[in-house]
Amino acid sequence: MSMYFTKLNDFLFSVLDKQEILITNIIGENSQFIRFNNSKVRQTGLVDDMNFSMTLLCNNRKCSVSMTLSGIENNDQLLLQSYLNKLRDDIKNIPEDPYLVYPVNSQSSKEIYKGDLLDFETAADSLVPIMRGVDLTGIWASGKIFSGNANSLGLEHWFETDTFSLDYSLITHDKKMVKACYANTKWNQNEYEKYIIDSKNKLELMNKKPVNIKPGAYRTYIAPSGVSDLIEMFSWGGLSESSIQQGDSSLIKLKQLEKKLSPCFTLTEDFSNGTVPRFNGMGEVAPEKLSLIVSGALKNTLVSSRTEKEYNVKSNFASSSESLRSPVMSAGNLDDKDILSTIETGVYLSNLHYLNWSDKIGGRVTGMTRYACFWVENGEIVAPIENMRFDDTIYNIFGRNLEGTTDKLHLIPDIGTYENRSLGGVYCPGIMLKEFSLTL
Amino acid sequence: MNKFDLQKALNNINIDADWVGIRQLKETTTYRTIRDGNPEQNSINLDQGVMVEVLVNGQFGYYGTHSIDYDSISNAAKKAYKIALNSSKYSNYSYTQSVRPKAVGVYNSPYEIKNLNLDQLMDILVKSNKLLKGSDKIITATSVARIVDMNMRYVSSNGSNLEQNFLYVGPGFRAIAQDGSNIQSRSYTDQCQQVGMEMLNEEFVLSKCESICKEALELLNAEECPNEKMDLVLHSDQMLLQIHESIGHALEVDRILGDERNYAGWSFVNLEDFGKLQYGSEIMNITFDPTIENEFASYGFDDTGNKATKEFVIKNGILKRGLGGLESQERSKIKGVANVRACSWNRAPIDRMANLNLEPGDSTFDEMIASVEKGIFMQTNRSWSIDDFRNKFQFGCEYGQLIENGKITKTVKNPNYRAVSTPFWNSLKKVGNSDTFGVYGTPYCGKGEPNQCVRVGHAAPICVFDNIDVFGGA
Repeated sequence: MSMYFTKLNDFLFSVLDKQEILITNIIGENSQFIRFNNSKVRQTGLVDDMNFSMTLLCNNRKCSVSMTLSGIENNDQLLLQSYLNKLRDDIKNIPEDPYLVYPVNSQSSKEIYKGDLLDFETAADSLVPIMRGVDLTGIWASGKIFSGNANSLGLEHWFETDTFSLDYSLITHDKKMVKACYANTKWNQNEYEKYIIDSKNKLELMNKKPVNIKPGAYRTYIAPSGVSDLIEMFSWGGLSESSIQQGDSSLIKLKQLEKKLSPCFTLTEDFSNGTVPRFNGMGEVAPEKLSLIVSGALKNTLVSSRTEKEYNVKSNFASSSESLRSPVMSAGNLDDKDILSTIETGVYLSNLHYLNWSDKIGGRVTGMTRYACFWVENGEIVAPIENMRFDDTIYNIFGRNLEGTTDKLHLIPDIGTYENRSLGGVYCPGIMLKEFSLTL
Repeated sequence: MNKFDLQKALNNINIDADWVGIRQLKETTTYRTIRDGNPEQNSINLDQGVMVEVLVNGQFGYYGTHSIDYDSISNAAKKAYKIALNSSKYSNYSYTQSVRPKAVGVYNSPYEIKNLNLDQLMDILVKSNKLLKGSDKIITATSVARIVDMNMRYVSSNGSNLEQNFLYVGPGFRAIAQDGSNIQSRSYTDQCQQVGMEMLNEEFVLSKCESICKEALELLNAEECPNEKMDLVLHSDQMLLQIHESIGHALEVDRILGDERNYAGWSFVNLEDFGKLQYGSEIMNITFDPTIENEFASYGFDDTGNKATKEFVIKNGILKRGLGGLESQERSKIKGVANVRACSWNRAPIDRMANLNLEPGDSTFDEMIASVEKGIFMQTNRSWSIDDFRNKFQFGCEYGQLIENGKITKTVKNPNYRAVSTPFWNSLKKVGNSDTFGVYGTPYCGKGEPNQCVRVGHAAPICVFDNIDVFGGA
C-alpha cells in the first residue's frame, strides 16, 4: 500500500503550480470485526477502507479535502485531480491565515510491523470454543492498519502494523461483570485460552452479594484501566497549549501555579514503544520522549507548530489537536500484593466509565465506577459494590490525595473504532488515593 | 457523474445466500471555521463506499468496501458469505429475510437554499466572529458552519430499491470570557436540523452572536450556582440531552438484550417492564417520530428497509414500546420501531434512537416560572455523564438563572444537577406548551462495536422537575 501512496503523490505533485505546496495523508485498514453476545456471534464482518487527504497551501491561505479512495488507480487519480481543482477554487475565497505553517522536507521514515493474525474466514473457530460456559460479550478486531504522510517538498512517512484485540466482558447471572482485553500482534492460541480462563476465575469474585455504599469520601485504589481513562481526559482540554491559551483547559490553574499536583505524578509522551507513528499530519516528527508533568510540576504542554506561531511557544510537533498520542505515566513503589492492605478500609476500583469534565476550568471530573469494583475492609475484599458516581478534581486525584502508585506499568490498549481502528494506548500504574469523592 | 448501477452490482453477485443487500453511501461534509478573526479550518470530507450484507444459515455477514466497482462488490459478497457461513455455527440468533423487508421509496430532506457562495459564507462567519468578540474580556471567539450532504441507496435480492437524500446545515458559535482565573463560556451549539443554507441567515446569526457575547460576559460576574435541592426548569436545548441519555439509550432493545454490555452498557429496563413500568409522571409522553419536518433524524426507512412511522414509546408515563428494529423485535418479542441504522457504509446497522421527542403539554413559559417558589432555569448542555445501566446521571449547563417566588432573579454560573432516571422523570411536574417546543439534535451519539457515531434528533418543550439536587462548580 505504501507504493500506491507514493504513486498517487507522484501524480499530484507533478500537476502542482509553482506557488502551490501540497501536504497529503493517508489512513486505512483491512479489518475483521466479530461481535459477541452471550459467547455467540451477534454480527460478523470485514471492512476495507482508505481515506486520503490533501492540504493545499498557496498565497498564505490553506484549505483541505479528504476522501475515500477506491484503490483503482485511474478512478482515484480522476477524483484527486477534481478535488485539487476544487481546492484551487475555494482557496481564493478563504481569508489569509497569519498563523499558517509551511511544511519542511526533513528525514523520511518507513516502519512496517508484520503480525501473525488469525485467518478471517475461520477466526471464529479459534475464538469461540473457550468462551463456552460463561456469558461473554465483546468485540474481536483484527487486521492491518496503515498511515502515511507526504508533501510536495519531498518528505514521505509510512507506518503500517498488524494488530488484533478481543475486548470483552464476562457477566454473572446477577449482572455483575469483569472486563478484559487480549491484544497483541502475533496470535498465540494457548496464551489466549489461558487469558480467558484467568478472566473466568476473576468472575468468581463477583458472585458475592454486592454492597451499597453511601456517597462520601473513601480511601480508594484505582487500577490501571481506570487510571488510563483519567489520563485520557488530559487530551480533552488538558495539556493542549492552544486550549490553555484559549481558556478551555482543565490545567489552566496548574499553568497559572494556582494549583499543584503530587510529587508522585509524572507523565511523559513517549514514542519509544513504537505502537503509534511519531509523525503528525504535517509530517513533523515528535521527540522520542517529552516530559509533560514531572513530579507534579508542569514542564511542557503539547504544542503544534500552528500554536507556536500564534502564541510564541516553541513547538514540540504535537498533532493539530494537541492530544496525547503515546502517554506513559511513571510507576511508583507500591507492590501489587500490598494494594489491599494499603487500602485497609475503602474501595478498590477496576474500571471507570463515561468520564466528563463537570467543571473543566476547575479541573473537576465526573464519571462512574464500573465492572469489578469492591468494598475492602481490614485489607480484604468484602464484596462487589453497586456502581457509584464520582465527582472530584484532578488536583485531588493526581494532587493532594495521591498517596502513591504501583510499581508496574500496564499497557491499556486503545481499542476504539470510531471511523477507524485506533493504535497505541496508555501505559500507566494503579493509583492509591487518600480519599476519592463518591457522590451518588 | 453517472450514478453507479447498484442493481447491476446486485445481479452480478453469484453466491448461494438466502438474501443479499447492497447499501451505497456518499456523504460530503464541509467545515468552515473562523476563530478570533482568522480562518482555522476549511475542509471538505467525501466519505463513500458500499456495504454488502448477506444472510446465510440464519447468520448475517457483511463486507464494507471502499472499492465501488462490480468485481469488488462481487468479491465482497463472496467473502461475506464465507465468514457468515463459518459463524453460523455459533450464531446468537437465527434470522430469516423477514428482518430485511422489501422497501421501495424515496426520501428527501426539506430545505429552501441548497448552496451559498463561499465568499458569502465566509463573510457571514467573519461578521459573526467580530460580534462574538465584542469585548477585550472575550479571549476566544469561534464561528463554524457545518454542511453535510448525504445520499444513500439500497437494493436487495427481495426487491428493495430505496434512495434517501439528506441535507444538514448547522452554524455553531462560541465565546469564552476571562477575568483573571474566572473563565466562562457561552455558545449556540448547532441546533442540528435537516435544513439548507437558510439556516445561515445573516440576521439570525448576528443576533445569536450578540447575545452569546453578552451572556458570556454576564457569567463572569455571576454568583456560583448554589448547592441545594430545588425545582429544576430545563430549556429544550438541555431537554435534548436529558431525553437522550436517560430515556433513549435505556430503551434501545439491543442494549436490553445485552449486545452493548461490553461498551455502552446495559439498561435498568427489563423486557418484562414493557406495558407496566411507570417511567415518569402522567404528563410524560415520549414519541419515536421520524416524520417531523426538519428534525435531525427524520427519514423514510431505516437501513434494513423498515418503513419509519411515529409511535408512542411512553404514554402517560407508562413504558409502551422499545427502541428496537426488526432483529430486536424478533429476539425480544417486544413492539419496536424502525430504528436500525449504520453511521456509514463501513458499519453494520444496529438499534439507534433516531428522533425521540417529548410531546408538548399545556403550560406557558410564564406559568411554569410563576409556579416555582425556589428553583433554577438551566440552558445549554456543557457536561454529561451517566452510568452503564442508565440510572445515575449528572449533567451540567452553561447558563443558569435562579427562580425565587415565581420570578427569575439572577444569573448563576457552573450549574449542574444529578439524579436517577425514573425518580427524575416521575418528578416531572409541568410540561411546556407548543410555544416552548424546540427541535434539537446531536451528530455525536456514540454506540456499537465497532464504534458508530450517528445523528439523532430530540424535540421537547421546556419542562419543570420537582426538588432536584443542584450544585455549582469546583
